[in-house]
Amino acid sequence: MSEHKITLTVNGREMSGHAEARLTLVDFLRDVLGQTGTHIGCEHGVCGACSVVMDGKPVRSCLMFAVMADGHEITTVEGLEGPNGELSPLQDAFWENHAMQCGYCTPGMLIATHTLLQENPDPDEAEIREAIGGNLCRCTGYQQIVEAVQMAAKKVQEAS
Amino acid sequence: MTDTTAAKEYRYITKKRRVTEDRRFITGRGNFAADYNLPGMLHVAMVTSPYACAEIKGINAEAALALPGVRYVLTGAELFENINPLLSGLDLPNIKRIPLAHERARYAGEWVAAVVAESRHIAEDAVELVEVDYNPIDFVIDPEEAMQPEAPLVHPQHGSNILCDKSWVWGDVDGDFDAAPHSLAFRARWSRCSTIPIETFVVTAKWDEGKELLDVWASIQMPKYPEQIARALSLPVNAINVHFDVDVGGSYGLKRGIRQTVIVSYLTRKLRAPVRFNEDRLENMSGGEMHGPDRIFDMEVAFDDEGIMHSLKIKATDDAGCYPGRAPLQLGKPVSAIVGPYRIKSASYNAISVTTNKTSQEAVRGFGQAPTNFAIEAMVDKVARKLGMDRDEVRRRNMIRADEFPYRIPSGSEYDSGDYHTVLDKLQTSAGWQELLTKRDAIRAEGKLAGVGISTCLEPSGGNSSFEPFFNPKNDTTTWMESCLIKVDMLGSITALMGTSTSGQGHESLLSVVIGEILERDPDTIRGVHAESLGALPSNSPVGSRMAIMLGGAAAGAAEKIKKQLLEIAAHNFQLPVDRLIYDGGDISVEGDPDKVMNWHLLIDIAHRQYHKMPLGSEPGLQAQHTWEVPTGGALPAEDGTVQMYPCYAFEAHIPLIAIDPDTGQVEILDYHMGHDCGTVLNPDIVRGMSLGGIAHGIGAALYEKFEYDEGGQHLSGSFMDYLLPSSHEIPHVEMVKHYTPSPLTTFGQKGSGESGYLGAPAAIASAVNDALAPLGKSIDTLPMRVRDIEALLNGQTE
Repeated sequence: MSEHKITLTVNGREMSGHAEARLTLVDFLRDVLGQTGTHIGCEHGVCGACSVVMDGKPVRSCLMFAVMADGHEITTVEGLEGPNGELSPLQDAFWENHAMQCGYCTPGMLIATHTLLQENPDPDEAEIREAIGGNLCRCTGYQQIVEAVQMAAKKVQEAS
Repeated sequence: MTDTTAAKEYRYITKKRRVTEDRRFITGRGNFAADYNLPGMLHVAMVTSPYACAEIKGINAEAALALPGVRYVLTGAELFENINPLLSGLDLPNIKRIPLAHERARYAGEWVAAVVAESRHIAEDAVELVEVDYNPIDFVIDPEEAMQPEAPLVHPQHGSNILCDKSWVWGDVDGDFDAAPHSLAFRARWSRCSTIPIETFVVTAKWDEGKELLDVWASIQMPKYPEQIARALSLPVNAINVHFDVDVGGSYGLKRGIRQTVIVSYLTRKLRAPVRFNEDRLENMSGGEMHGPDRIFDMEVAFDDEGIMHSLKIKATDDAGCYPGRAPLQLGKPVSAIVGPYRIKSASYNAISVTTNKTSQEAVRGFGQAPTNFAIEAMVDKVARKLGMDRDEVRRRNMIRADEFPYRIPSGSEYDSGDYHTVLDKLQTSAGWQELLTKRDAIRAEGKLAGVGISTCLEPSGGNSSFEPFFNPKNDTTTWMESCLIKVDMLGSITALMGTSTSGQGHESLLSVVIGEILERDPDTIRGVHAESLGALPSNSPVGSRMAIMLGGAAAGAAEKIKKQLLEIAAHNFQLPVDRLIYDGGDISVEGDPDKVMNWHLLIDIAHRQYHKMPLGSEPGLQAQHTWEVPTGGALPAEDGTVQMYPCYAFEAHIPLIAIDPDTGQVEILDYHMGHDCGTVLNPDIVRGMSLGGIAHGIGAALYEKFEYDEGGQHLSGSFMDYLLPSSHEIPHVEMVKHYTPSPLTTFGQKGSGESGYLGAPAAIASAVNDALAPLGKSIDTLPMRVRDIEALLNGQTE
């Protein structure tokens, strides 16, 4: 199996490592670069736990090979905090609303809703449910996640 | 959420608090089992059986072992020679379960050999190279066929496919049936499904030759895990260290990976390297512990013209899959609430556990109570329909009244407390019952089908093990204790240890809020710790909706001991009796003389450094432990077949409004309301989240989720493409109304809530679907009620 050197920008930092052509992006992030915040749920693109942002768009990192991400810009859950470790309004709202239980789908949920709020700072409930429609959660029944996103959107709007 | 009860005033519990654990999850800093990467770690992938049943005539691993990076291929035969069989819930000496198939594979997807390699990718490549010589033999998939005399035997050495067939009669069932003017009988079917978490099961084991110690990191939720590993491997328990600080990515009862653990533990000792098995989704869904109860209910009820139910007969036939495990015991827990919240004076129960050539059934949220509640509620609706009465009215007439608690049901369990009528009243008011019926009728007038559902169900909580001796007389376990150790360090901060892992229930937060409440210290300054098993006190893990009650009770008990020690130190220094002292926020002052005060830091400094100021003979430092027995536990089942099962009984009522597309059979949930009473609520966000998540699980079980097998015994639901999990589109917004009837048995009056929602939602959805079908004179009593099932029913193709 051929090995490839891959260099990409993860959460603003350039990182590189070697990967076989068949290595998925999520395995590369987790096992080669040590960024374990992104989780693996189904490995067939249904559950959304492995969602990351690539060049501004959410992608399933289990459905991409690492070589396909070479030279691209990736944001993972570890990159949502501010430069001094301060929580983003969305992270803070997830905490305030207890928008999780086991925390396993949470990175994917944050990535999906982070991207939503960048595109649509004032989503209604249906739009939020649409944005997380491809992310499965087995703990919450989704409601506290929806409430968290609503709170985050409101806070960001009040602040601006 | 509507909150209409003025609860007793507490400092910290009952109030909104952020959940400590959440911070690490929102920043990507959780410590899940797959996040532990050990140097030199080897990886396992499983060779699985393609047959529902087959003799294993030989395994040739030569080609696999020749692949660079492959280190070992472990077979069932080798394991059989070197380990002890795994624990069974029943006394079935002829059925020996080991983690890999030995001599015979008994279901499609069963693990036949474990390939070990330097990476998971190489291990998967090598799986393809392992040649297994199978001789396919007859199999049986349907549990009722499996009970026929001519059925192929799953375990020939057991001599039958029936694992247990037990009957109990509590009260004068025949007499009550004879005396009642009406009776009705029906069959209800709860299909094989479960609460599948998003994280699969993951375990890493590392044998430390220098310490002769087995370290285990696992996504586990199981009672007595270290002991089960020790028994399988013939190691002392103190040679095993389970790292309970691993965050578990959801479990809801299912993460019982003892087979996986024994495999990697055996391999790490053999290969002298850390070994990980990280199930992929197919290994998880077909070969792992993901399958739940699979049950046929034959129900019969006797009732009168007023809708009063007098007696009940339940026959539950449950398909355990191929190994007994915990499955038969899931028929046992429902005995604790066999008549639901109703004043039914006699009952009989026939519980049959059958083995078939399917994946083994494991424990699922509610441990068999959700299916039983579904069957009981379907029965109540049928009584109402038969008499032309309203479904809520029949419930109201039969529910146990608030002034009747504690209430002993015919099977012997005493319900601790409740106010069912008030909860139902509150729910119907807040939901707008009449408006929902009007809305339903308006939808019907448009030519659609619509229904309002109702269910009123119990959640037995505080999990004890009474179902074990109840089903297996050789098992005389009568305690399911839980423990907490509190240390107050020299500088005054508080650390509390528990001996279990957490899969989303927020136990660190639970410890800090309970201890904060008792010691009157800010919970944000109190650290809850998942001790390693070697440093932990006895625990039975978070099963059976027990931790708010049991870990909460243990923590409160330990905190009371700390407070007592502080008071004794102050009493000694003031030269006054303890009853003259006032404890306030950790400081202690003299009654009537508020200037005489010893503050928290001074008291703790004395305990840690100034032994000359300590009461004579007292223990220096400041630490206390408390191990709590389950309230009402401690007794074996009585000779007459009655048993006190769980101590606490929470109540939940559900009202959904649904519409069904008459052409496609698609169900849409338009409104959903839940009323919930689980006593005093320690953390409102945690309890609410559990109920909401439980409703989502229940909607999945009612409408979508099923592990399907074809006629050839092949499992068809091994991925999330084939096993339908509800998304944010299918799960509606839920309005909740709370009520708080404290339990007299627990520290603050709390009851369990970990199974809430799931225990009432399937019944409520089924009730709504049947209300929608009623105008057509049709009904359906099989879950899941999938689009195609409803469509077939509407178009007259079934029943």
